[in-house]
Amino acid sequence: MPFSADVAFPPSHKSPSAETRLTLTAHKKPPDSNRRRIPLPWPLSIYQSAVGKKWVMAITGIALLGFVLAHMIGNLHIYEGPIETHEYAEALRDLGGDVVPRTWLLWAMRSGLIFAFVLHIHSAFSLTRLSRAADERYRGGRNYIAANYASRTMRWTGPIVGLFLVYHLADLTWGHFNPDYVRGDPYHNVSASLSNLPVAIWYIVANVALAVHIYHGAWSIFQSLGINSPRFNRLRRGFAGLFSAVILVGNLSFPVLTQAGVIDDGGDSRVGEASSAPANLVSQTALAEQPVE
Amino acid sequence: MSAGAEPLSLRLKVWRQDDEGSDGRFEKYDLAGISADASFLEMLDLLNERLTLEGKEPVAFESDCREGICGTCGLMINGRAHGPQQGTATCQLHMRQFSDSAEITVEPWRAAAFPVIRDLVVDRSAFDEIITAGGYISINTGAAPDANLTPIPKEAAEASFDAAACIGCGACVAACPNSAAQLFTSAKLQHLNLLPQGQAERWARTEAMVEKMEEYFGSCTNHGECSVACPKDISIDFIAWTNRDYIKAKFNNRKLLGGR
Repeated sequence: MPFSADVAFPPSHKSPSAETRLTLTAHKKPPDSNRRRIPLPWPLSIYQSAVGKKWVMAITGIALLGFVLAHMIGNLHIYEGPIETHEYAEALRDLGGDVVPRTWLLWAMRSGLIFAFVLHIHSAFSLTRLSRAADERYRGGRNYIAANYASRTMRWTGPIVGLFLVYHLADLTWGHFNPDYVRGDPYHNVSASLSNLPVAIWYIVANVALAVHIYHGAWSIFQSLGINSPRFNRLRRGFAGLFSAVILVGNLSFPVLTQAGVIDDGGDSRVGEASSAPANLVSQTALAEQPVE
Repeated sequence: MSAGAEPLSLRLKVWRQDDEGSDGRFEKYDLAGISADASFLEMLDLLNERLTLEGKEPVAFESDCREGICGTCGLMINGRAHGPQQGTATCQLHMRQFSDSAEITVEPWRAAAFPVIRDLVVDRSAFDEIITAGGYISINTGAAPDANLTPIPKEAAEASFDAAACIGCGACVAACPNSAAQLFTSAKLQHLNLLPQGQAERWARTEAMVEKMEEYFGSCTNHGECSVACPKDISIDFIAWTNRDYIKAKFNNRKLLGGR
């Protein structure tokens, strides 16, 4: 077919307007910068930047990882028995007992954790908003190569863990959901809650979400904080994998072994019995006298 | 493989959009007899030649050097920035990467900071804004300095060169699920920050470029999609170094400039 220069544009294709023609040749004005912010005084100004928020997310992430690990290891006391579990819980309340009044240090740590948790969530929430505003969807679909399941589900696993945390506190700390709840007897409460199959399944789901979250988060910490060196870069994935696996195995053992009957006090609170019976344990008298918390 | 390869028949699904304000849509084109040795852009040239002869508007796309060094071309091909071949720009992608009678979806880069101007052409001026904010070194241009006057460790020179390979095509933003420009910005920062010549303005540059970037783009969540989409295989190590430099800048700039 011969080429003719004077072909008419079919109606389905609008001829570009004069303005559009101009933009194709000249530089368009840049997109409006969408986030003008009032500068706060240093060091709060660091938190105003996305990179600063990632630092905060990473540092609070380290604190939360430390808690999750210590919580899991501490909970292994449950395999020693009801009394030992109770004594571990008491020991936590007595932390720093020679220096500060009882439960003060525990509450200091709890405050730190709550603060870390709030910052972790706030930074995640505001960075997500930033990214949602910056992103546009591909109409023809996307093909991911490097992004893994864990990294793409952070915004789902995070809220699942958050919801679980509220449930978990209501269940085992405040005793809202458990009619058999006995204050100060963690072994009994764990046994009573997790012997309920739907509750056990919810614990398993939430802890799988936590492990998936940690798998990306524990690696991501290194990038966000700029801890990057050819000396150890290849170990970072391994660290994240190992950490999340340890947390997963430890935390899943509680619902699974309760369902299997390993953690079972037969519905009786041994701590109550032990404290009223003649004690062969040194701490028993103290236990009966001391109010729990 | 290329010499005797059979010509391909293809079905193209190409994004058509008249201008920034209008709604776009996919249009399908069947092409036959495309040489496996044709580059992806040559295939689009053939499509455009046919469209022109049929009296239709050709597909607008950008290209310049067509040898992977200018960073002008860049298309989302079957959901991957610069197509299925890693470490190459769209112009270096050849049709032998596709099987016969394949359906190929072609879309422009998508990011709020990269508005579509027409069809497959996007406005990447936001990158220019980041460079303008500090992607340079200020020196008095006099006579050329003696060679080796400034000693540079080999490792630093090589890392800097790896970062300097960035051609600014925008694939990192296009591939990022957050539309973050961390890889581009960190490459443009680190190729200067790693060298002695870049030290004088290091902290001011880091702060200015990162904050300019955040006015347009999303936040990095360390997926690593940018690096595998990058036609120059730029590593996300540069992002980590930039994160470190930014916090240092926030302390150093305060000390030096008394600023926020």
